[in-house]
Amino acid sequence: MENFAYASPATLQEVLGLLSNKPGDVEILAGGTDLISTMKEHLVTPRLVVNIKPVKELGGITSGNYGLRIGSTVTFDELTENATMRKSFPSLVEAARGVSSPQIRNMGTVGGDLCQRPRCWYFRQGYGLLGTDKGKALVPDGENRYHAILNNNGPAFFVSASSLGPALVALGATVRVVSSSGSRDIPADKFFVTPMNESMREIAIQPNELVSEIHIPIGARNATYEVREKMALDWPLATASVALKMNGSTVSSARVVLGHVAPTPFEATAADKLLAGKTITEEVATEAARQALMSAKPLSQNSYKMQLARVAVKRALLEAAKG
Amino acid sequence: MPDYSWPPMNDRRVIGKRISRLDGGAKASGRAKYASDFYRKDLLFGMLLTSPHAHAKVVSINLDDAKRLKGVTAVRAIAAPGDEIQWEGAEIAAVAATSEEIARDAIRKIKVEYQILPHLVKEEDLSKAGPRAKAAGEQVTGDPDKAFQDADAVTVEGFYAIPVLTHCCLESHGNVVEWKQDGLNLWPSTQNVSGIGGDLATSLKYPAGKIKVEMDHIGGGFGSKFAADRWGVETAYLSQMSGGRPVKLMLERRDELMIAGNRPSAFAKIKVAAKKDGTITAWQSESWATGGIGGGGSPPLPYVFTEIPNKRMSHSAVATNTGGVRAWRAPNHPQASYLTCSALEDLAAELKMDPVDLFLKNLEVTARADTYRAQLAKASELIEWKKNWHPRGQGDAGPVKRGLGLAIHTWGGGGHTSQCRTVINPDGSVQVEIGSQDVGSGTRTVITQVAAETLGLPMGAVQLKIGNNSLPPSGPSGGSTTVGGVSSSTRKSSVNALNKLLETVAAVMGVQPEQLKAIDGRIQMKDNPAKSMTWQAACAKLGTNKISEMGANDQRKPEGLNSSGVGGIQMADVSVDSETGIVKMNRFVAVQDIGLVVNPKLADSQVHGAVIMGICGALMEERVMDEYTGRMLNPDMEFYKLAGIGDIGEIISHLDITPEHDKRGVVGLGEPPAIGVVAAIANAVANAIGVRVSHVPLTPMRVLAALEGRNA
Repeated sequence: MENFAYASPATLQEVLGLLSNKPGDVEILAGGTDLISTMKEHLVTPRLVVNIKPVKELGGITSGNYGLRIGSTVTFDELTENATMRKSFPSLVEAARGVSSPQIRNMGTVGGDLCQRPRCWYFRQGYGLLGTDKGKALVPDGENRYHAILNNNGPAFFVSASSLGPALVALGATVRVVSSSGSRDIPADKFFVTPMNESMREIAIQPNELVSEIHIPIGARNATYEVREKMALDWPLATASVALKMNGSTVSSARVVLGHVAPTPFEATAADKLLAGKTITEEVATEAARQALMSAKPLSQNSYKMQLARVAVKRALLEAAKG
Repeated sequence: MPDYSWPPMNDRRVIGKRISRLDGGAKASGRAKYASDFYRKDLLFGMLLTSPHAHAKVVSINLDDAKRLKGVTAVRAIAAPGDEIQWEGAEIAAVAATSEEIARDAIRKIKVEYQILPHLVKEEDLSKAGPRAKAAGEQVTGDPDKAFQDADAVTVEGFYAIPVLTHCCLESHGNVVEWKQDGLNLWPSTQNVSGIGGDLATSLKYPAGKIKVEMDHIGGGFGSKFAADRWGVETAYLSQMSGGRPVKLMLERRDELMIAGNRPSAFAKIKVAAKKDGTITAWQSESWATGGIGGGGSPPLPYVFTEIPNKRMSHSAVATNTGGVRAWRAPNHPQASYLTCSALEDLAAELKMDPVDLFLKNLEVTARADTYRAQLAKASELIEWKKNWHPRGQGDAGPVKRGLGLAIHTWGGGGHTSQCRTVINPDGSVQVEIGSQDVGSGTRTVITQVAAETLGLPMGAVQLKIGNNSLPPSGPSGGSTTVGGVSSSTRKSSVNALNKLLETVAAVMGVQPEQLKAIDGRIQMKDNPAKSMTWQAACAKLGTNKISEMGANDQRKPEGLNSSGVGGIQMADVSVDSETGIVKMNRFVAVQDIGLVVNPKLADSQVHGAVIMGICGALMEERVMDEYTGRMLNPDMEFYKLAGIGDIGEIISHLDITPEHDKRGVVGLGEPPAIGVVAAIANAVANAIGVRVSHVPLTPMRVLAALEGRNA
């Protein structure tokens, strides 16, 4: 990696004072599970790395009337061990457990999960976020077994790597970002964006901003189902997170969100519509899954991910309906 | 001539016992030191610049900026302008610096200009290989055409594919070299402690006798760590250019996966015919493979069932712009077992026959029918085949389908050439010295067991020295020959040393040496245990003269202590989620004959390791090449996928420990249990889901495609 300056301030105010408007100039270090590898691979070459782990106000899980507040430096391990999380947000706990490496769960943070870079192997080999070589898009005719099946008309073909993103979108969470000029709340579904050119990022955050905390409303039954090739640490091939507001045994409203199938967590609104007013049965879940993938269009090697995503939706719905 | 034969099975006190490995504690705690752990204050760090292109001509190399960097002690061009690079990862230049970070920076400052040439990195489509495919010529036995046309014959045809795997040693290849005025010290990660110095000497044109080699532990080799290698030679030059300071150069993970060896792929169109009773009458295979630019890889087909009366085989080697092949745990056998056993399982399904019965029916065309017959029975019992097997695709009604599959294999093994020295000191202490290496298989432990057994002493009384080329030379650990070699040489040197001691003691006791034996820490009369003295007292009679005796095993003349040629049967029990294509290992049974088993616990460990390696290859592991860029897309441990503990299931190892097998002497085990695993799992999946998945690894992508193919 390139040489860099390092700062580890104790307060949020000091951190924000160090951030820069220039893209790529400053990188934020929390767990470091992704940042260090991107630095070693020269995918990012920051002038300054700011460690935010010591900043107290960025940590902790607290509950209030609205629901839950999760600090951005809360680790996956803290998330899975928290009693309220387990009771109210099994979809998030399941998604966090899917990171099946104790080392990464001990180090990796909620904010880091949202801001981590895609795992696209063309990106990681240095062909840019969009995976091009002298203007040619490498993914569509290349090795695309792990790439997007939804919103994949280009130029972005990678899949969002976030484990928690789909569950947060389904639950209607908001992401608070802060900068030296104040803070703003971004709905989770607006936090992830599909870049249209190489200079865009895959998250709606400015270079001088920092994720400080997440707010999640309580009240929906929720579940996540994840399909991985390995039980050991591996990226999911497809996930589905669902959140159901119930009226007795009937769904009053539903949010079905797919992960690892599109450049962002994918909101399957067709499935949401179908589920409203229904009781969840195997047939209803299967039909919702079919609807969820209606607009999917596989690349040359990844049609199997459509089936996996459908199964994930069906199984997540049946799990959530158990209550 | 002294009697070197192994003690009778029932009389053994140390050999044949389930003794834990001697270096287990050191390894589990991190006290065990590897070449990659080497550190000294004056240590320099070496690094390679490798080609980012699969096929290119080097136009120019400029080292100036790298040389100017502070902390850089040596920069060398490995390639020269005009050189043709044939694979990504080929070595271009090397640097040494005072820190790893500076070495990394220096590498990035080397400017190389390439002229890109067209590449071929994928071999599955043989029609695209053109002149890159070299046919080996057809082999025909009997009259296959007539046999296939026989009206009574049941014929199946299939296509089967197994990809290139890399060795992916957890400790990457590499070494530390210190080349001073008066000699060269080498601390390698090697399977060849006695031989690697000579290999380096040849490359450096430097006297082999001035090269000292030392290695305590190695983090995996699997057949890929015998030579000094280009990077070893470069490390030596970097050290020389840096005033003789030691330089450590271990390959980066990506280089490890691209240039430190791989296992060839294999693709085959296979046709098999049988009578309705299952007797195989004809075999035809058209196979191809790549092992890099040199082609490479020719699985012996048909595997094990070699004496099928009518056969036609053809094979092509495809030269691709990828890193070169190296021996991988039973070279060519895992591929051959997979191709053959898949075709036979498909034949059994077509015949509506239990594949165990099909194998039994055809054992007469194998080289060891009796062994396999007994092993098929044992494996069937352990996996409860009769209870759990169902005809193909006729299992569970729900989405999760369970299936069983089997595979057969054979291997040579034997005992490599090895010399050992046993020293008995007047104070009673014992040293065993042998220039071998413990590649993780437990070699330290088995040598110590043999010496302790022979001298009638407890394990703790034997001090073992291995891992140094100043010790009596012993062969490289390849071909499953280490345990056979070192156990035989140790037995001989220890018998020779003991006989010297008995001569001294006999004179003191006034008896003949032949009347004495060593047992339980004493020297005693064979027919009168009351007449004895302690080991300590016996050794004291040596006065000031220690005993130092040699023993040697000659690979060509094992003299009954070791032999070669083994068979094995493996069976897999899997569950397949037919909605996701995820294959879950329930149980894996490995039945193996390996002659005399020095340590059943370590042998079981070897089997477990081999099965785990096979599970990786069956379910997730493969090299992924990009056709357009010519580059490997997964030279990392993120997408070059290996199993974790949750992916493995239960492993049951059964060793054929019987008087008949025991009397053959010691035979190696490193390779045989790694052969049939992929085949057994692939067959179990076919049995579970009702269709053949033509390609391994059996990922959801492939399992679902196979299922949809059937439904379409």
